[in-house]
This record gives sequence, C-alpha cells and structure tokens, in this order.
Amino acid sequence: MTFTRMHSSFTLLTIAILSSLFSSCDKQNHVDEATKDNILIIGNSGEPADLDPQVVTGVLESNIITALFEGLCGQHPSNDGEHLPGAAISWSPNDNFTVWTFKLQPNGKWSDGNPVTTQDFIYSYERILHPKFGAKYASMLYYIKGAEDFNKGTTKDFSNVGVRAIDSHTLEITMRAPIPFLPDLTKHYTWYPVPKHIIEKHGGMVAKNGEWTEAGNLVSNGAFTLSKWVLFDRIECIKNPLYWDSPTVQLEGIHFLPISNAYTEARMFFNNQLHATYTLAPELISYSKKKYPENTKLDTYLGSNFLRLNVTQPQLKSIHLRKALGHAVNSQAIIDNILQGGQEQATGLVPNMGEYQAAKEMFYDPELAKEHLAKSGINPSELKLTLLTTDREGSKVIAEALQDMWRKTLGITINIRQSEWKSYQKAMSDLDYDICTGGWIGDYPDPTTFLDMWKKGDGNNRTGWSSEEYERQLTKAELTEDPLQRIRTLEDAEKVLLGETPIIPIFWYTQCYLKHQSLKGWHPLILNNQPYKFISLEQIATVPEA
Amino acid sequence: MLSTILSRLCQGCIVVFLLLTLTFILIRMMPGDPFTSDKALPPHIKEQNEKRFKLNESEIIQFKAYLTTLAQGDMGISITREQPVTKIIKSSFPASAILGFAGIIIAIGVGVPAGILSALRKNSFIDYGTMILAMLGISVPSFVLAPILASNIATNIPFLKVAGWGGPFDWFLPSLTLGLATAAYLARITRGGMLETLNQDFIRTAKAKGAPALRVIIKHALRGGIIPAIAYVGPAFAMLMTGSFIVETIFQVPGMGQHFVNATKELDFFLLQGVVIVLGILIVIGNLAADIALVAINPRLRESN
Repeated sequence: MTFTRMHSSFTLLTIAILSSLFSSCDKQNHVDEATKDNILIIGNSGEPADLDPQVVTGVLESNIITALFEGLCGQHPSNDGEHLPGAAISWSPNDNFTVWTFKLQPNGKWSDGNPVTTQDFIYSYERILHPKFGAKYASMLYYIKGAEDFNKGTTKDFSNVGVRAIDSHTLEITMRAPIPFLPDLTKHYTWYPVPKHIIEKHGGMVAKNGEWTEAGNLVSNGAFTLSKWVLFDRIECIKNPLYWDSPTVQLEGIHFLPISNAYTEARMFFNNQLHATYTLAPELISYSKKKYPENTKLDTYLGSNFLRLNVTQPQLKSIHLRKALGHAVNSQAIIDNILQGGQEQATGLVPNMGEYQAAKEMFYDPELAKEHLAKSGINPSELKLTLLTTDREGSKVIAEALQDMWRKTLGITINIRQSEWKSYQKAMSDLDYDICTGGWIGDYPDPTTFLDMWKKGDGNNRTGWSSEEYERQLTKAELTEDPLQRIRTLEDAEKVLLGETPIIPIFWYTQCYLKHQSLKGWHPLILNNQPYKFISLEQIATVPEA
Repeated sequence: MLSTILSRLCQGCIVVFLLLTLTFILIRMMPGDPFTSDKALPPHIKEQNEKRFKLNESEIIQFKAYLTTLAQGDMGISITREQPVTKIIKSSFPASAILGFAGIIIAIGVGVPAGILSALRKNSFIDYGTMILAMLGISVPSFVLAPILASNIATNIPFLKVAGWGGPFDWFLPSLTLGLATAAYLARITRGGMLETLNQDFIRTAKAKGAPALRVIIKHALRGGIIPAIAYVGPAFAMLMTGSFIVETIFQVPGMGQHFVNATKELDFFLLQGVVIVLGILIVIGNLAADIALVAINPRLRESN
C-alpha cells in the first residue's frame, strides 16, 4: 500500500466514524432515560449546608430533607390545608389547642430497620433546643411550653419542656398557648425526628460534625434514603423499602443537582437534562412562556416582598410621608414590566391563606400619595433619602423603577445605594439606611410567620418600629382559643402595622420554574414542599430543542 | 540546582504564610459576620455559634488557634457548609485539576503553534489573523464564551452536555473555555519571544550556513523564543488548576473556583483560608516548575546557577 493510498483510507475511515457519531445517534436524552428508570432529576439551586434537619435553615436543604425524613403530619400533594398521616397515624388536640396527642405509625421504621418511637421525637426536640447545640432555627419550636426557656438556658432540665412520651408510640405535646396550626408546624423540617441511635454513634447529641449525615451513615424515616452525596455535584436518594407507606412511593430515586446558575439550569432543562428546575430567571420568563408554555410554571408562593422604612430616620418619623411613599408605588407596573413572573400586587403584608383575608391597606393612588405628602408638611425638594438594595442586577432595576415613581409622583429625589449581600444585611440590622428593599418567605402557612417579626426587639424587624397596640393584638390572638376569632384578631394586628406603615408591601411572590410534562403529581403548593411519594414519571414527548 | 530548589521552596513557604495572614486579616475586615443572614439569629444562638468557631476571641488568639490546628493538617470546619474544609477541598480539587490540566494542554496546543506561525509569517495575513483571534480570545470574557459554546456546540453534538460533570466528554467545553483565553495570551507571548530570537545573529548565521528551515526554527529559535511562554505557563497552570468560578457555574463543574467567590461573599473564613493556601502552594509549585524548565532549556541560566 502506497503512502497516498494509506492516507486516503485513513481519511475515509475518520470521516465514516465522525459521520456515524454525529448523524446516526440522536442527541442523548437524559430525562427520557431517567424517566424509564423512574428517577426524578431536579435542579436544587446550590450545595446544601448539611442534611441534618436541625442544623440547616434553607429551602434548598428542605427540598432534600423532605424526601429523606418525615414529620408527624404529612403534606397533601395538592391541598395545602389538608394534613395527611406522616410519622403519626393520627392526632388530636384538647378543647383549646394547648395539648396535642400524636399516635405514631405502628410500623414506622428508620431506614436501617429500627422502629421510630416517641423517644426519637423527644430526643430530636431536646437536641434542637439544647443551648450547646446552637440550632439556628430552634425558635421554630418555641411554641412548645418551656422550649424557649430551655433553649436560652434559663432552665436546664428538659423535663420542664412540654413534650412527654405516654408510651412508645404516643407523644403528647403541651403548647405555650392555643396553637391550632401545630399540624402545619410539624411539616417543617425542624420538627422532624432524627435517629438517636445513629447520632449517638457519631459524636452525640450536641456534636455538629456532619458525620452522621454522610452517605452510608445517614438513616432516615422518609420515603427515600440517601445513597450518594458527591459534594457540589449531586445528591442521589433511592426509594426506602422500609418506609411505612412504601407501596404509595412510585419513584425509584431522586437526583438533586446543586445548580447555582439559573441560566445554566434553564439550559440543562431545555437540553433534556432535568425534569424540573429550582427557579427560572426573570429574564427567561417571557422567552419560556412563549416557547415552552406547557413547561413554564408560575405558582403562588408564600412570600411577601416589601420595602422597610427606617422610622428612626428624622424625616421618616412622619407617618404621612411613609404613606405618601407607599401610595406612590405602582407595584403592578413593576410586576408587568420587570418581574413578569405572575406575581400578585401586595395590598398588605400577609398574602391570602386559609381563612386569613389579606389586608387592602396599601395600593397605588398617586392623588392620595400627594395628599399625604402635603399633610406631612415636608418639602419634597428638601428630602434627602437613600434606597438601600442588594448588588443583584434585578434589585437595581426595581430600585430604579421605584426611584422614578417617587420622582414623578411626589417630586422626591431618592439616591440608590447598592451593597453586596452581607453589607446590605448589616446595614439593615444596624438601621443604617432610610428605605430598604426586603422580603420574607413564610415558614409555615399561618399569618404569624409574617406578623411575629415586627415585635419590638425582634432581630428581623430592622425598621426601628414598634407598637404596643400591635403587640397587644398579637398577644390577644395567641390567647384566643377560637381559631376563626384568632385569625380575625391577627387581621386587626396587620391593620395596625400597615396603618403606621413601617413597611410598604410591593408584591406577593410566585415560584417560577420549568417542569417537564413527564412529571405527574407535582402540584402548586404555597410552600412548594412537594411530597415526593406522590410524584410519578410518565414517558412522553420530550421538550423541543432550544 | 538542588540549593536553588530548596531556596525557592523556603521562599514559597514564606509567600504562602504571608498570603494566609493577609487573607485572615482582610476577610475579617469585611462588613458583617458569617452569621449575618436574611433571617436574623437570636443573640444567644449567635453567641453559641461564635463560641464554636472561636470567633468570640481576639483575632490574635483566633490566628494562633488556626495555625495550631493547621499544623496538625486540619483546616477547620466550613462555617456555612458544616463540613471539614479539607474534605471540601479534597472533593473539589480533582474536577479543577482535570479542568486545569486539559485547559493548559489546549492552551499550549493552540497558543504556542499560533505564536510561532505568527512570528514566522510576520506582517502577513496569517500574522494579523492569528493576532486578531488572540486579541479576541483575551478580550472575550469567559462568561460570554461559555454560554455561546454551551448553547451552540453542546446542543448540536450528540455526546456533549450543556452542563454537568460526568465522563470525559463533559471536560471538553469547560476546558476549551479556560484553555482558549490562556492560549490567546500564550500566542502573543510566544510570538514576541520568537520574533526577538529570530532577529538574533546566531539565527542569521545558521540560515547562512544552509541549515534546514525547520531545524533552525525548532532547534535554535524555539529554544530561546519559548522562554517567556514557559515563564507564563507555570503560574497560569496553577491558576487553571484552582478553577474558575464562572466556568464552573456555567458548566456545572464541582470544582474549587466557586469556593473563592462564595466563601468571600458568605464570610466563610476557614474555607477561604483553606482554598487560598492551596492556591498559594500551587502557584509556588508552578513557578518552581517553570524555573526548573527554564534552567533546563537555557544554558546561560544553568551556568549562573
């Protein structure tokens, strides 16, 4: 064979290999393959800090923990207000909701086969409340009688805390006041049980070393169990065959991918690498709605976006000025032109939930805004206010819109100050601002998750505002035994808050994300705590190429 | 030679220590603290957590305690991740090392030949074309190039993913993004070095003696012309090995680059100190390797040693 012939043969062979590689095989479809294997692949925003329900504080950790662990009550797949049996098969309050009794599942087991007993729950509550453990979310259990005192070290004996084992499968919880929403609270991960026998093997109750939550060590009581955790790459869970309701679980596994870049996540979805994304960047919403209408989801979310007003700032001491600023904000314009995520204009702080009727105190009314400004007696040209916001591009655009609205409606010139996240938080906590953008996501579906933070001295208040009347209403609500009357009292409390306007509500959040059509049983929930055991995958046509 | 290496290693230790000290001071000068978050911690919880990480002590005591544990091979616990820093670095380093290694191969494979070609065809269309491409490579940031590659190449080639870290195919686009920028610098540096050498008398003499062109280029010109490129490749390799935040987030690579940015933003003191130590060590090693390579290539340096 001459060199020329050899060369030609080699070229032909190369072309043949490349052509077959590019043309004969279709683009690999990871979603289809995963769907065949019944594996759900979802984007999850970032790497979890831990998988210990009593250590973490974030939504992304909650998404994984909900798959691994189960609280006393379970989440209904489509109805937020309905509670299903979880680790408890049944529960009942006393007449005034101050004592709750939970009967645990008789065949409830940890994933290593050990039974889930009341001692596990008592151990878990002692652990999260233990002063030496320093759990960041311990306050979620302050509804239990004596819990706050034990957590703050005022009492050292955990027997003073209102948790008692009547027998191995009956748990009694005594509350500090009537708490009709305890079933909702028990669905929050801070109330989940942790395996005493495993934690004791890995350093004991107050040790925080991340050992027991490593793959291979972690034992859980939920529908899934941890099989693999590759840091910053993926977390894989597989179906837990020992779960008490195992026949209901349809997925064989879930893969959580810590994708921090929303654009990367969307690209991965469009390229058939994910069944669902964690979020959808505002810039991609209109594109997705147009090109993938069936995949673009904008679900109501239990969160409120608002502006904080520093009421210790001399000029902002005027309630009229605060109201003028509030009524000059055209929230709908911000939603339609900037956010585009189907958010709802907020007329109050607390969104509609259950029996709670959202307040209608704050709305866009330029004339009313001007009236309030006139009543304040402040000359707008003499006002020197600064709007503090984060360094995110989206925050800047909203700040500029607000700046323009106040200038056009009230003639007030406001400077914008952008700070990186930690500096922004510090400035807010130190009251080193005039007006500040902010938001709050509810931990549980009860108005107190939004209202308690405005009490005097609460670390999340950050406005310098307090009101004896407001706190009187909150105390009254807490002591009210009738759930409906309690809700009405909380509505009154919010009216006090909005009447003095230390905050200006802007919009109620939505959860914007992409969802593959193969995903079944995934319904809108206000906290988006999807109960994975009801989710299934069905083979269907794939998302078209972007 | 051995004494030079030992001397450089001693200097390297001092450099790493200074780097660590500076990082320790600067990160603590930033506003806020690691426990500042959107949901404020109750004071007693914050105090407990500060005690756990010894953040309630003076900076001098903190530094002393950190150095003591560091001497035992313990880089501390990440404040935000609740994981040992060594574990985080161990799990992130392989992806960054693969990416860096593949990136530097692409950079050398593209940059050096392009620089040589450009120098040999000085002021020709090849020279202008190569240098325009190199300038583009330097000017186009990775956050522009990476999405372009992901959206236009990965979506059209069956075995490539737009993002994700699994098999060797997943290394290609992130390495290409990292490598092309470095290749652009290398091309310009190599061109400059080669042009200077090609104008030397000994090259003219070699040509006049009738030595074949390829021999003149490879044996005589390249040996001198490549020296600036080698000096650049050492530290560049170290930088590539420690990852890139942008490339890692766009291609979903579980590497180390993200820790530099996230640990700084979240004031995760121990994680940042840990990754800075690794970066410092790699830069020292990269520089040392470059120095050794230069001594091996350049007889004058050997003699001076």
